[in-house]
Amino acid sequence: MHLDDEKIKSLEGIANNIRQNIITMLLEAKSGHSAGPLGMADVFTILYHTDAIKHDPKNPEWEERDRIILSNGHICPVLYAAMASAGYFPIEELKSLRKFGARLQGHPHRLVLSGLETSSGPLGSGLSQAAGMAYGLRMDKKKNQVVCLMGDGELDCGQIWEAAMWAGKNKLDNLTAIIDRNNIQIDGFTEDIMPLEPLDEKFISFGWHVIEINGNDICAVYDALQQARAVFEKPVCIIAYTIPGKGVDFMENDFNWHGKPPNGEEGKEALKQLRTLGGKIESEAQ
Amino acid sequence: MSNLNKSLKLNPRLFAADIEQLPTRFGYGEGLVIAGREDPNIVALCADLTDSTKTSAFKKEFPDRFVEVGIGEQNMASLASGLAAIGKIPFISSYAMFSPGRNWEQVRTTICYNNQNVKIAGAHSGVSVGPDGATHQAIEDMAITRVIPNLVVIAPCDAIEAKKATIAAAKYKGPVYIRFTREKTPVMTTEETPFEIGKAEICREGGDVSIIACGPLLYEALKAAEELSKEGIEAEVINNHTIKPLDTQAILKSIKKTGCVVTIEEHQAAGGMGSAISEFLSQNHAAPMEIIGINDRFGESGEPNELLKVFNLTSENIIDRAKKAIKRK
Repeated sequence: MHLDDEKIKSLEGIANNIRQNIITMLLEAKSGHSAGPLGMADVFTILYHTDAIKHDPKNPEWEERDRIILSNGHICPVLYAAMASAGYFPIEELKSLRKFGARLQGHPHRLVLSGLETSSGPLGSGLSQAAGMAYGLRMDKKKNQVVCLMGDGELDCGQIWEAAMWAGKNKLDNLTAIIDRNNIQIDGFTEDIMPLEPLDEKFISFGWHVIEINGNDICAVYDALQQARAVFEKPVCIIAYTIPGKGVDFMENDFNWHGKPPNGEEGKEALKQLRTLGGKIESEAQ
Repeated sequence: MSNLNKSLKLNPRLFAADIEQLPTRFGYGEGLVIAGREDPNIVALCADLTDSTKTSAFKKEFPDRFVEVGIGEQNMASLASGLAAIGKIPFISSYAMFSPGRNWEQVRTTICYNNQNVKIAGAHSGVSVGPDGATHQAIEDMAITRVIPNLVVIAPCDAIEAKKATIAAAKYKGPVYIRFTREKTPVMTTEETPFEIGKAEICREGGDVSIIACGPLLYEALKAAEELSKEGIEAEVINNHTIKPLDTQAILKSIKKTGCVVTIEEHQAAGGMGSAISEFLSQNHAAPMEIIGINDRFGESGEPNELLKVFNLTSENIIDRAKKAIKRK
């Protein structure tokens, strides 16, 4: 199945909304990460707002659901915004991000927010958990897919490669890893901090099927997930090239925006850019 | 022998020179197979140490439920978290130095913070690992595990108790760490001896001093109590196999009676079982206390019994420290 023009337009609107909510949440929280969540808004739109992934916001424990594991927990504003817009919890609750007593912890915590498959934050362990789930589901002869979202910076962690080796060995074709290839991490550009290239060849040599896409192209993300379901005998790695800070010009491609929130003025400007689609339309009212 | 608690049905040949000896890890291997027969959700993961952790018997009987991870303990802990999320009951086995040593953060976050039903079996704890030396002698494992919320910590005293602890851990819902030892040690308990997670057992009754032990060193405590008895000192000996949650009620009751306490463990004196008991007593019923453990040193190569002597983990030291504790009352 392909997305038709009407659906694409609607999904782009949802992605834009998610980006606006990310900015609003960060403004309210006064701490958190900006660039990664904005860059991944299109991927999360596909995950939570199309039939690419089986899930039910009204029944988060649904046994037939696919599993979405966020390994780089620090980009949780995009996860929370996507979950809220899909109906897991009220949009209003997004403003509680990082506040005392909130279900929206600074890094996701499975035991307080239903719909989360795991708690995450310490980098490098999501792929192992996803691989464990995929293996367990296969033992039970279940068809559910497991999708693990990772940052590119966390590929510095040795555990990722332990998991990659193990998933390749076990031919986990129900496992799909999506790498947010935005080339930045806290200290700078990934290739300066710890070179990852040739990233595709690394995963291929570990026994994975690799798909490279523009991670800010909604159709490409959708098609890649469809393709991933059709791959047998191998886990799939989707390298999603994204623009960190996507949609807010002064945040785009600047690693300084990896780990900080906008201040009041920056937030206002960011929201203005998102609401006017970068100046393409005049009115901020949508 | 008269003060031994008969209801525990301890080994009648407890003080025989040729008492049966077995490594506690053998009990793990046996317990894992029994638990596996009872519950098809039990799976066993191992990091290239299948034989020496005694996971081999499970692998033989349930090849489809055995998962070889290779030398990747961090991956193993998180894989187990994922398997548990699907409803499996994973047992992960390695040497304690590597699991929960090397993979401590994965144990903390992916298993315990998630409260996943994973069991961690750490073999080769203590200096009695012997010739392999300090790199492989885990003497910090109880300190690093007992500070993690949701995690139960058990140190069985012999192979039979290790088997029961393994079976009990399989039935318990939530993460559990069990430490095992490499060498043969006296089998003090019998199949009939009760075992319940979190319930300390009074092995011997006495009113002058409480001696609290965990792991195979319980045998040194029992021997020390027999010797002390000859001098007219009656020691109460407690098998405190569960370090967390601590059986504070049993400990408090004993120390209210005896007025002083000696603890012994094959672990750093800092942060282990003695520390846990001291934390509790200092806030609830302060009493003279002697903590026997390893004092801020690494282990080294040597024969197991030689090393236990070097590190003063002996009945002789328990006797000295018991007398010291009694004097401090």
